[in-house]
Amino acid sequence: MMISAFKNFNLGRSVPKSVAIHGVLMAYTVIALFPILVVIINAFKERRAIFRDPLAMPTMDSFTLVGFEQVLLRSDFGLYSWNSLVVTLLAVGLVLLLGAMAAWALTEYKFRTNLLITFLFAMGIMIPIRLGTVSILRLMVDLNLVNTLTALVLVYIAQGLPLAVYILSEFIRTIPKELKEAARCDAVSEYKIFFCIILPLLKPAMATVAVFTMIPIWNDLWFPLILAPGEETRTITLGVQQFVGQYVTDWNSVLSALTMAIVPVLVLYTIFSRQLIRGLTSGAVK
Amino acid sequence: MASVKLDNIQKRFGDVQVLHGIDLDIKDGEFVVLIGESGCGKSTLLRLLSGLEEITEGDLHIDGQRVNHQSPAQRGIAMVFQSYALYPHMSVYKNMAFGLKIAGQDKQAVKLKVEEAAKKLKIDHLLERLPRELSGGQRQRVAIGRAIVRDPKVFLFDEPLSNLDASLRVKTRVELGKLHQELNATIVYVTHDQVEAMTLGDKIVVMNQGRIEQAGTPLSLYHHPKTEFVAGFIGSPKMNFISAQVTSIESDSVQLMLESGPTIRAAIDGQTLKLADKVKLGVRPEHFVLATDEENQFQGRVSLVENLGELAYVYVNTGQNAESDIVIKLDGDCQYQAGDSIRFAVAAADTYLFDKAGMALPRLNKA
Repeated sequence: MMISAFKNFNLGRSVPKSVAIHGVLMAYTVIALFPILVVIINAFKERRAIFRDPLAMPTMDSFTLVGFEQVLLRSDFGLYSWNSLVVTLLAVGLVLLLGAMAAWALTEYKFRTNLLITFLFAMGIMIPIRLGTVSILRLMVDLNLVNTLTALVLVYIAQGLPLAVYILSEFIRTIPKELKEAARCDAVSEYKIFFCIILPLLKPAMATVAVFTMIPIWNDLWFPLILAPGEETRTITLGVQQFVGQYVTDWNSVLSALTMAIVPVLVLYTIFSRQLIRGLTSGAVK
Repeated sequence: MASVKLDNIQKRFGDVQVLHGIDLDIKDGEFVVLIGESGCGKSTLLRLLSGLEEITEGDLHIDGQRVNHQSPAQRGIAMVFQSYALYPHMSVYKNMAFGLKIAGQDKQAVKLKVEEAAKKLKIDHLLERLPRELSGGQRQRVAIGRAIVRDPKVFLFDEPLSNLDASLRVKTRVELGKLHQELNATIVYVTHDQVEAMTLGDKIVVMNQGRIEQAGTPLSLYHHPKTEFVAGFIGSPKMNFISAQVTSIESDSVQLMLESGPTIRAAIDGQTLKLADKVKLGVRPEHFVLATDEENQFQGRVSLVENLGELAYVYVNTGQNAESDIVIKLDGDCQYQAGDSIRFAVAAADTYLFDKAGMALPRLNKA
């Protein structure tokens, strides 16, 4: 932020303007981070302390790790995390691959059903997939996929693909066409053009898509609850629910589990966001 | 290396006819420059040659083989793009080696070829860099290097120098000329810069609205343009065109009366002309001389002087009836200033004449 503020000064933008911009951005950051902070500080507090003053930092008196103990020792937290990780990584990976391939095909080649398919993907962005839950459940029952991670992966691919295709198509259009033509003159096959030239250039856009796709999948409760509620296939968000009772909720455990659930997604985000920063096409032309 | 033969090549985009039947023979090892204003179809023609665009009608032969439906790679062409089109995520070495690697060539052989080409282009110290770390001129060389290593039958250049700054452009132009001598390659080169065309080309093809206006050696185009368009296109600054009327026709010359007054004798074969025909006299700026007591005198008032040091372009207004200023190329030492009156002349042998349709009349006394 300091650096960008300095740049703004150098560009001759007015000081009040950049102060205002940064003010707004910081306010937003605080609002966005506040709930996460509350979850984390309360995860380390005794139950009574949580209710007495939810915003207080843990003190020597109120500090406890009982929630983490509960979660790690009394439940299959490892299994739930593993399930979440497998589902998220598989779904994101396949969304990226299939999305990039579809986007390339739809923007680069002219064929008869091109417009129809583009339109279908656009519909997928506009209509929430949860509207089709009943049919999806029936389908999964027919396919014998209920209580498997495969069911979740398939549904999440369908959920993430439309937006991925849309964003990647826009990005592919910005890749100079001379690059493909140069490759064609080099006798590079269409598949190789996609995998060796287009895909590496798509990295920043794919990182964006990965973040967009990953977070709703990691946080989803709906489909795990409906399609894979079995003990073996529970994801983190579903696993946490066992601490939420109808009459009594074990807040220590819920908050500890949520705290730990943030870590993997944070790691993934860091990996992807590093790609976001770099503009890879610079130096391609001109 | 190979010869290229174009036979009635046509191209339509939907209902729009872009190329109207192009016939052209390119000999083995020839450097052919396609030149014309933007939108004349020169780049489209190059893309048809490359195979990136499909030919609507006509036959294209490379090395005696009909290649209309072959892919760019099968045709054995290599193209250098205006924007260079280097793969941004690959090092210079990989950029140059990529095509060969795809073709499944032996690693050691690829390395040898790339290094040889790099040495030729003086980029051997840049092989490990990424394109974004190179200057414009260096990128251009890499793009040429990528073409050279493929050892193509025909090189295609699409305005390769237009993204370079002026001094670098001149330098690269000279190097391209040398490279052509060294490689002895068949080259088709598209440009809108007539200096590039004149200096590089063995043959210049002037295109206008999807047709070949004239094709020939640079000097034949300079001395014997077939049309007003070609005459105006070749030479810089542009040839002066002055409206005139035929007053008498002799065996070795034509007498003209200019609208601004003076009478001019032009060494032109005027057999096809009639008295009182409206024609256009063409004189290149470099053919005007300051008047002594010669014939063919003009006079007027200087409206602007552009002095480049070694030479000066003097813009002269020759009277109320003159359509536009006449440009004269004079020595840089000349002392003219705006507002001065000036008298200048042109030798009869240095004139060009165009009829109403813009077709040139045969010049006499010029080989």
